[in-house]
Amino acid sequence: MPLSDHDFSAIRLTLELASLTTVLLLIVGTPIAWWLARTRSRLKGLIGAVVALPLVLPPTVIGFYLLVVSGPHGPVGQITQSLGLGTLPFTFTGLVVASVFYSMPFVVQPLQNAFESIGDRPLEVAATLRANPWDCFFTVVLPMARPSFVTASILGFAHTVGEFGVVLMMGGSIPDKTRTVSVQIFDHVEAMEYAQAHWLAGGMVVFSFIVLLALYSSRRFKPGLA
Amino acid sequence: MRSWFNRLTNKEQPSVEPTQAKNTQGIYARFHIQYPGFELKVDLDLPGHGVTALFGHSGSGKTTCLRCIAGLEQADIGYLEVNGELWQDTQAGVFIPTHKRSLGYVFQEASLFPHLSVRGNLAYGRKRIDRTQRTSWDHILDLLGIGHLLDRMPDRLSGGERQRVGIARALVTNPRLLLMDEPLAALDLKRKGEILPYLERLNQELDIPVLYISHSPDEVARLADHVVLLDQGQVIAQGGLQETMARLDLPAVFTEHTGVVIEARVAEHDDEYHLTRLDFVGGSVLVTERPEPLGQRLRFRVDARDVSLSHHRVEGTSVMNILPVRIMDIATADTPAHVLVRLDVGGSIFIARITRRSCDQLGIAQGMDMWAQIKAVALLV
Repeated sequence: MPLSDHDFSAIRLTLELASLTTVLLLIVGTPIAWWLARTRSRLKGLIGAVVALPLVLPPTVIGFYLLVVSGPHGPVGQITQSLGLGTLPFTFTGLVVASVFYSMPFVVQPLQNAFESIGDRPLEVAATLRANPWDCFFTVVLPMARPSFVTASILGFAHTVGEFGVVLMMGGSIPDKTRTVSVQIFDHVEAMEYAQAHWLAGGMVVFSFIVLLALYSSRRFKPGLA
Repeated sequence: MRSWFNRLTNKEQPSVEPTQAKNTQGIYARFHIQYPGFELKVDLDLPGHGVTALFGHSGSGKTTCLRCIAGLEQADIGYLEVNGELWQDTQAGVFIPTHKRSLGYVFQEASLFPHLSVRGNLAYGRKRIDRTQRTSWDHILDLLGIGHLLDRMPDRLSGGERQRVGIARALVTNPRLLLMDEPLAALDLKRKGEILPYLERLNQELDIPVLYISHSPDEVARLADHVVLLDQGQVIAQGGLQETMARLDLPAVFTEHTGVVIEARVAEHDDEYHLTRLDFVGGSVLVTERPEPLGQRLRFRVDARDVSLSHHRVEGTSVMNILPVRIMDIATADTPAHVLVRLDVGGSIFIARITRRSCDQLGIAQGMDMWAQIKAVALLV
């Protein structure tokens, strides 16, 4: 067997991290995307830019600041400590929080685009058919934006699987806790274990390719009213 | 503002019983909205039954007005009462949100939900009304001829079918008011012709007030009982269809459509020449053969451009319809070269659009008896 127990543990941890992050991102990202798509507030530009920052910043920069802010002397760290929760860095929870920030734009942007292209009309139609705003969101907006939710989930998941810099800064490389596949590959290479590095790296290439292939070859749904 | 306030205070005084009774039937709407470059300021007093057409050019504020009534647009200052229910009163801080107003809205494009079948679209609103308000939808499906489409998805429907489903979807919520924003505008002539008869049947069979936006004079003449003319966010005229269409004092933007609508009855069929005689108050006209039985009521429209005048009954003409008329008054038309002349035909009013030169040469003056040649009669069926 070319993969060691440590490798399997890294794979399991990565899948756990990506799944949890994706679920959290859908919960947190949907209202943010909705707000960005609907608001006329002047804050729209500011929030949109903050959400998009991970697209351009080096992951190490995000990891570094998250580390500083949530470390024992950082403001978030002080709060988590006073609540008796300890600190986030070098824990799985810390990784999840970091991943949520890091993958945010990959979930928020497709959803925001979908909500924007749905436009006002379906909401108005639903209102004239007695649907209150919540009802309308769940019975009209969600079904109409469903393909974009699939896209957002896939991108969020895949992007979290592929992160390295943030994980290394925030999580280090603690087996079973913070050592994800990308970190494991790095460790194999450091230890000159190229064969094992190949198996994992090759697996990542295949995984990413299949995900993107599925995404790009699916019929793109155009939201809109008939 | 003052008039709304008066209306409110009046309502609270039991001494003005008739006003109160009147208030419970009808639609009272006052809206004032200011946008950059556009101001809507309307004061509407509409009957609580029948079809009221909001007529005007694009940009006249028709749609904004309808959206205010639906609550899709919130007027800066507004008062709205529909058959006794208060829907908006900015002074009292009342604004009932759209989803709590018992109304049906038909948009210009059918706007069906793409993820639901025809049945799902129809059921969407119906599921959300009070159980006791739900009635069988078979009648409405029949009226609109969509019973066979229930299991189709919206993208498998033609434009006309979609619009009929859109109308049915609004109707099955059993609304107290039906708002229609140019429901035929997105359709070609053939599809329009396909839907118009359905709309007429609706108006005859359903007893709810309908506000209907249109910029087509023929559509208005055919469907409406009551008209509101809007221009640049202002109400230019409102009243019964026939009186309002026969007015001469409307601004130039409307005079290009000047014409009258006459209510008539099928009086005689001439089988030899394939003609039908229609009687109206004060006279009759001959038209090409109609399929309707004797006694059937029909509306026809006579465009002011199709009426000419002469001192004597013209002999040797191919024009069939020549009526004795008395000149009521003369007004300016849409061009400086023309005038509009209002004619009394034994109680019915016609309008002729003739050149000012002819008017002067013939010495046409109020009270004069003349003959009118009617070149075309458009039947609105």
